Amino acid sequence: MTTKSVLKIDDVAIRFAGDSGDGMQLTGTKFTDETALAGNDLSTYPDFPAEIRAPAGTMAGVSGYQIHFSSKDIHTPADKVDLLVAFNPAALRANVEDVRSQGMVIINGEAFTKKALVRAGYSEDPLPDLTTRFNLVEIPLTSLNREALQGLALSQREVDRCKNFFALGLLCWLYQRPMEATERWLKGKFKDDVLEGNLRTLRAGHAFGETTELFPTHYTIPSAKIEAGTYRNITGNTALAWGIVAAGEQMNNPVFLGAYPITPASEVLHEVARHRNFGVKTFQAEDEIAAASATIGAAFAGQLAVTISSGPGFILKQEAIGLAVMVELPLVAINVQRAGPATGSPTKTEQGDLLAAIFGRHSQSPVPVLAPASPGDCFHTILEAFKLAVDFMTPVVVLSDGYLANSAEPWQIPDIDSLPRKPVSFAKAEDAENFQPYSRNSETLARPWAIPGTPGLEHRIGGLTKEDISGNIVYGPENHQHMVDLRAEKIARIANAIPPAEVEGPHSGELLVIGWGGTRGAITAAIEEARENGQEVSQVHLRHLNPFPSNLGEVLNRFDNILCPELNEGQLSMLLRSRYLVDVQPFSKIAGQPFKVSEIFERIDAILNQKD
Amino acid sequence: MAAEAAPKLNRKDFVADQDVRWCPGCGDYSILANVQRVMPELGVPRENIVFISGIGCSSRFPYYMNTYGFHTIHGRAPAFATGAKAANPDLSVWVVTGDGDGLSIGGNHLLHTIRRNLDIQILLFNNRVYGLTKGQYSPTSELGMRTKSSPHGSIDHPIDPISFALGCGATFVARTIDVDAPHLQQVLRRAHQHKGTSFVEILQNCPVFNDGVFSEVEDRKTRSESALVLEQGKPLTFGSAGRLKGIVMQNGLPQIIELADDDDPVERGVVVHDERQEMRSYASALATLKRPDFPVPVGVIREVEKPCYEEMLVGQVNAATEQNGRGDLKDLLNSGDTWEVS
Ligand SMILES: Cc1ncc(C[n+]2csc(CCOP(=O)(O)OP(=O)(O)O)c2C)c(N)n1
Ligand code: SF4
Ligand SMILES: [Mg+2]
Repeated sequence: MTTKSVLKIDDVAIRFAGDSGDGMQLTGTKFTDETALAGNDLSTYPDFPAEIRAPAGTMAGVSGYQIHFSSKDIHTPADKVDLLVAFNPAALRANVEDVRSQGMVIINGEAFTKKALVRAGYSEDPLPDLTTRFNLVEIPLTSLNREALQGLALSQREVDRCKNFFALGLLCWLYQRPMEATERWLKGKFKDDVLEGNLRTLRAGHAFGETTELFPTHYTIPSAKIEAGTYRNITGNTALAWGIVAAGEQMNNPVFLGAYPITPASEVLHEVARHRNFGVKTFQAEDEIAAASATIGAAFAGQLAVTISSGPGFILKQEAIGLAVMVELPLVAINVQRAGPATGSPTKTEQGDLLAAIFGRHSQSPVPVLAPASPGDCFHTILEAFKLAVDFMTPVVVLSDGYLANSAEPWQIPDIDSLPRKPVSFAKAEDAENFQPYSRNSETLARPWAIPGTPGLEHRIGGLTKEDISGNIVYGPENHQHMVDLRAEKIARIANAIPPAEVEGPHSGELLVIGWGGTRGAITAAIEEARENGQEVSQVHLRHLNPFPSNLGEVLNRFDNILCPELNEGQLSMLLRSRYLVDVQPFSKIAGQPFKVSEIFERIDAILNQKD
Repeated sequence: MAAEAAPKLNRKDFVADQDVRWCPGCGDYSILANVQRVMPELGVPRENIVFISGIGCSSRFPYYMNTYGFHTIHGRAPAFATGAKAANPDLSVWVVTGDGDGLSIGGNHLLHTIRRNLDIQILLFNNRVYGLTKGQYSPTSELGMRTKSSPHGSIDHPIDPISFALGCGATFVARTIDVDAPHLQQVLRRAHQHKGTSFVEILQNCPVFNDGVFSEVEDRKTRSESALVLEQGKPLTFGSAGRLKGIVMQNGLPQIIELADDDDPVERGVVVHDERQEMRSYASALATLKRPDFPVPVGVIREVEKPCYEEMLVGQVNAATEQNGRGDLKDLLNSGDTWEVS
């Protein structure tokens, strides 16, 4: 056996790519788990096709999983990867341009038949050219895997299906990852020869790295300095689901989730449905209109109501959300935004629904809008959304996105005792004497939550214009104006209940970069790069899009330049410009992809260099 | 049981303090009065009664009931009711909808709510017109009906609410008439008793935009000829003494036969009404009886049993809790692979 050199490096990004049937998402997640256990900071980006079973070997069927890990703090899955594992020619063709110059490309040489090349759309063998640009490593993955599994009672197909774990074993060797968690997972998931097959090929892949001449070096990535605590990996969608479950616990009231399946939001419905033993009820409605309507019905009856969807479905809910504004019932409406319009690109990310969330209902229909900034932040944002909904008796919109939904990051598991805890309170039968359905809390302007089943509080609510206090139907002009103003004022007062905008970096200066939602990682990374370059840049990242934090106008006025990167055509920029009369410079990208760090960095650089 | 402890309520206790704003002579008045009359008899504490409606003249109904009420958005009342009932199965939930609200914009929700069989009542006021929007034809309007939006006559084939409900798998289907107080009350009581979704079509006159569409069955003088009053275990006969008729089945199709006053209808082959027939074909055949060839069946057309959605939902919550123990948030957040950083 040759002894291999070990090289210490700080930062690596890799991508697994193959057919959607090749198990790339699974391979990626397992590598992620091992990397987390190795103590690195990490960020992942799964990219899978919209088609469930696109024809094998075609570009349409390519599924990829990218993971960036480091001994330092990182914020994004990285713009370029250092290593690509391509299981077939289509996977190579779809991904190779994202590999950095002279980066490593591992291919399954046996999958590069003439036929497969044609199916991937290559008119000639790409390998000779790629050898000049990348460190191309060809391994006979199919036969190595078959060899390792000889003698097991598995069909050829079952054997071949294990080969992703050979690659996983090899990469675990290459980057010195442990494999215990994967082995434990396999043992829980499979048994008999299928288990044996996966374990064998995983270990064979590892051993192959150790013995082959192809890899003279392997790498070690020291663990990152991370705040002490217990950690886990979490995706945005899981965090949303757990936030929903947690809200029921922290507010001591059962949760009702109404939803209609839609990518990329369905997983949240799936995950919440698994936790019925928390008393949560999930309702798969006939459409999004029914999902929102049933949810509001449940809120009327006293439950913590939440509905989740993505763009097209969210729009269908708008009339019902408008009713919740009118009748002032608490509701959390989550929109996991995706690339549109129309069906658009269901699995791709975008931030296109900000204005729709704030203004997308008819008439004056104000609702608070929140957006989580990272996968783990989805959990805390949901808790805050429920709290605002109940405290202010209003629907609240939460804008996640396709990128947050599927990306994973290490998440410090919060101490339950540190989470906000506030049991809901309903109007009581004892107060029947003076009960008025539209009376107001003097601080929040919220009306009482009086639920059916409470003797003496029988009352009617509905979409018709109501008289303040009594809730009786009246059509007079003064009352109408009064109620419109009142609802607006109620939402505006939420600014008192949320923290002020925090400036990261100098509190005044030449450039502020302001963003919202899932772009925080890329913006933060770009700013760090600029600072390493000696440039002075500040950052504000908004969770509260409506109302804005009370100090925001003042913060904006302290900077010469304001850059606002968004995955839309400048929706937050438009709001900031009109609200604060400041010259915000929009930076738009609507490609179905998150920002690359370099894209934002170049903008920052350009602004800071423009004045001379 | 619960009602024994509570003070006995009467009709007035269910009258809200709001002025009723339907047009004079509207059939909705009579329906309201009868619903208010039946409520105290049901033995349900008033605070547990919830009326939920969509949009339309008929959907103003909850404002006039001194119970909990929710006037929602056009067509979606069944979905709101689903959420309320699933949230709190103890509530007695009544949906009030119209032919436009329930069968046009809200047809999809009506379908799915009926099929889920929540234990609620759905009252569809059928006046065969859009009242609130001032008289356009509705999904139950007859072909050729001239309205402002169909000056040359409607070219939409109408849908029959009873057939629709049966097609959705309704476990309770009935039809009654706005002005026939005893019948209406009896049907409401039966609807309430039924465990599952009770679908009730109430033929309702709109004197302003569709006056007299149901006059034959509303008018006492013509009712016996034009309505087929269904009673469990009784033969399907109609008409008055000297002009009695019965419904028989020939080759699977309903036919009318004349009966002498001293005939035994059953012996003559007249069909005996069986609302509990599991096979839907009997009820579906009844639903096809229409004027002018046949009398209109009124009463309970079908009542069968099926598990209710909200019971199964609560059952799943309980079973999951029993099986896995009450959920613990800390355990959930720490489930799967975790690691310590010190
Ligand atoms: C989304 C929406 N579309 C249209 C309307 C207008 N609209 C109100 S009631 C109604 C029809 C009601 O007809 P029906 O349900 O038969 O009730 P009726 O007035 O006859 O009792 C329509 C079209 C509305 N309120 N909302
Ligand atoms: S328009 Fe017709 S249905 Fe509406 S209130 Fe007047 S009479 Fe009744
Ligand atoms: Mg009508």
